[in-house]
Amino acid sequence: MADTAELTTFREETRAWLEANCPPEMREPVKSEEDVCWGGRHFQFQSAAQKSWLEAMAARGWTTPDWPKEVGGGGLSPAEAKILKEELRRINARNPLNSFGISMLGPALLKYGTDEQKQRFLPPIVRGEIRWCQGYSEPGAGSDLAGLQTKAEDKGDHWLVNGQKVWTSYADKADWIFCLVRTSTESKHGGISFLLFDMESEGVSTKPILLISGYSPFCETFMDDVKVPKDQVVGEVNKGWDVAKYLLGHEREMISGMGLGGGSALLGKSVGAIDDPVLRAEIAAFDVDALAFAAMSERFIDQLKAGEAHPAMPSMMKYSGTELNKRRHELVMAAGGADTLEWESERSRKGKPAREWLRTKANSIEGGTSEVQLGIIAKHILRLPGA
Amino acid sequence: MTLLTDDQRQLHDMAKSFLAEEGTIKQQLRHWRDIGCKDGFGHGLWKQFAELGLTGIAIPEDKGGLGLGATEAALVLEEVGRNLTPSPFLTTAVAAVRALEGTAQGDRWFPGILSGETVAALAVDEGKHHRPDAVATTATRSGNGFTLNGGKQFVVHGASADMILVAARTGGSAGEREGLTLFAVERDAKGMEVENVALTDHSKAARLTLTDVAVDADAVVGEVDAGWAPLSRALNAGRAGSAAELVGVAAGAADMTTDYLKQRKQFGKLIGEFQALQHRAAHLFSEIQIARAAAYKAAELLDAGSDRAELMVHVAKAKAGRAAALAVQEGVQMHGGIGMTDEHDIGFYIKRQAVLDRLFGDWRFHAGEVARLAGY
Repeated sequence: MADTAELTTFREETRAWLEANCPPEMREPVKSEEDVCWGGRHFQFQSAAQKSWLEAMAARGWTTPDWPKEVGGGGLSPAEAKILKEELRRINARNPLNSFGISMLGPALLKYGTDEQKQRFLPPIVRGEIRWCQGYSEPGAGSDLAGLQTKAEDKGDHWLVNGQKVWTSYADKADWIFCLVRTSTESKHGGISFLLFDMESEGVSTKPILLISGYSPFCETFMDDVKVPKDQVVGEVNKGWDVAKYLLGHEREMISGMGLGGGSALLGKSVGAIDDPVLRAEIAAFDVDALAFAAMSERFIDQLKAGEAHPAMPSMMKYSGTELNKRRHELVMAAGGADTLEWESERSRKGKPAREWLRTKANSIEGGTSEVQLGIIAKHILRLPGA
Repeated sequence: MTLLTDDQRQLHDMAKSFLAEEGTIKQQLRHWRDIGCKDGFGHGLWKQFAELGLTGIAIPEDKGGLGLGATEAALVLEEVGRNLTPSPFLTTAVAAVRALEGTAQGDRWFPGILSGETVAALAVDEGKHHRPDAVATTATRSGNGFTLNGGKQFVVHGASADMILVAARTGGSAGEREGLTLFAVERDAKGMEVENVALTDHSKAARLTLTDVAVDADAVVGEVDAGWAPLSRALNAGRAGSAAELVGVAAGAADMTTDYLKQRKQFGKLIGEFQALQHRAAHLFSEIQIARAAAYKAAELLDAGSDRAELMVHVAKAKAGRAAALAVQEGVQMHGGIGMTDEHDIGFYIKRQAVLDRLFGDWRFHAGEVARLAGY
């Protein structure tokens, strides 16, 4: 569909602004983990360009283009936000800020937070000043999220939190945590509350978990008599499951984007000459699926913004996107042959293909396993009995 | 934007209720199969398509049609697929009309198509696989016209057609797109032998043998030696359309299967309670959603004249072919023994999928074209 006159003007202005404000260094693909900007109290910018790109975008609220202006967002309409995205992609602009605050906590606060909480927490998220982590999973609970045990006791003027979280991504680098805690044992889903607290609070400690990829983005997080002010519960006490489910929808939406593996780039084009006809056929079949999924992603986002998406659709996107991403990396390894097995060499960029391949194996586990997502589709969309 | 406009929704609702009322398996496919109809479809229903304006869906407004695009055709075809409604809609109203668009032959054939009196067919394939650039049928100049010699197969509705669009070589050689010319040939033309073949899904396709078939110069659709242009318009429309129809076939089979999972009891339980089946049904649901998005995107890009349209048409046809194959195979399997009986309708879906997947190229062909277009 062609832009209207107003949107054409918006596109031209956006293009000109990006031209003036996106440094050339920020138009190169991300080369390593260090190139990713996470912001936060202790974040060390890798370059002046990385810093100025974040500041310029945050000042316009364009780190969160569709959030309301009152909380520092861009206040853009869905059509304008889409144009901004297209124009960013056109110049290969790097993401100015990677943030669980933006992709997960923010939407939940916008829906369930008090006005005071919105004013207090959202603007720092927009500006990348506070880095958040997520405290959902616990040892022994995993995808059975509501089986969590970490408890918060009402001590009159504060909550007293004790327990352990696991798989908290970047907990060792985060400033604050959004966390599910048990405030009642009367019912499994009904006794959960959604709590926010500072990771520097007394009694909080973290320990990294080394993964099969040789990296440790995940941590165990321990809470030992942590005092949390009463006004840091989001939504009603004992009704945190609603907030959690809403947030999970956003997490799944974010994770599903992985299936695109950096936009709609064709795998067959990126792996170089393929002399094996069987591999070429497998890759061609993969590219069909990836391009079809890219079309689905676009449609899903449009449906979501128009309020036409089924509430369980993020599960379908998460399932399909992560399975696709795993398949992509299996094929990258197959195409790369022995070269991609090198774990430390310069040639293999310190084992990047192998480490990424191993990392993708978590995609269908984190944020609810593929089996959990299929169960949600069966129950809530297909309405199969007993699901 | 990938959401439907109000007009598109209205058209979709209309097609949905029309085909659910008039195009059902019982009234159409099974009925014509059981009485051994030589056309494999009902002309009465084709007239109803005409009364609703659907035969002219792609014919320009100034020629009396609705002047709509691939997206609208896809919406109708999804419902055609869901009900397995046999009709010449895809071959005549979508593929042939696109080939004739803007040509003198269009003026000749559009009125009959609009009124529902004319059926048109497309004769491209010569071997058992779809390889449109491998056309070997020859057209040699003779007097004011041409003489055609060669053979064609998988000409859907060929024996019922009044006019057949025949791709022939006026130059070049197999594998080349240059040197192809498209001719509008009357079915009764002298020297054209038409063998009517019933296919697996009970539709009819013809094998043609052309022996010194003489046509006038004005039978040429578009330009001599430049037949690839109208042919590829027809193929893109046919591929995008058959992708949408496959999505409908998949969705119809999956809905029938999901309903069955909710009623059939085994081992003292509804079989839909078994997690093994729930997960397969949920996976199938996801694949159909993705195939539908691909089919809509291909149609949208065709309508926008995008240079990415051809790639996405290949993606859509391949994805829809695979999703539908999964849907019909799971459909028969999950129905168990009853799914193998002629009495139950699920078997019609597996047969239709097999034919539609091959029509205008199977998923392997289209995946190969994705690789070729991308340059690997």
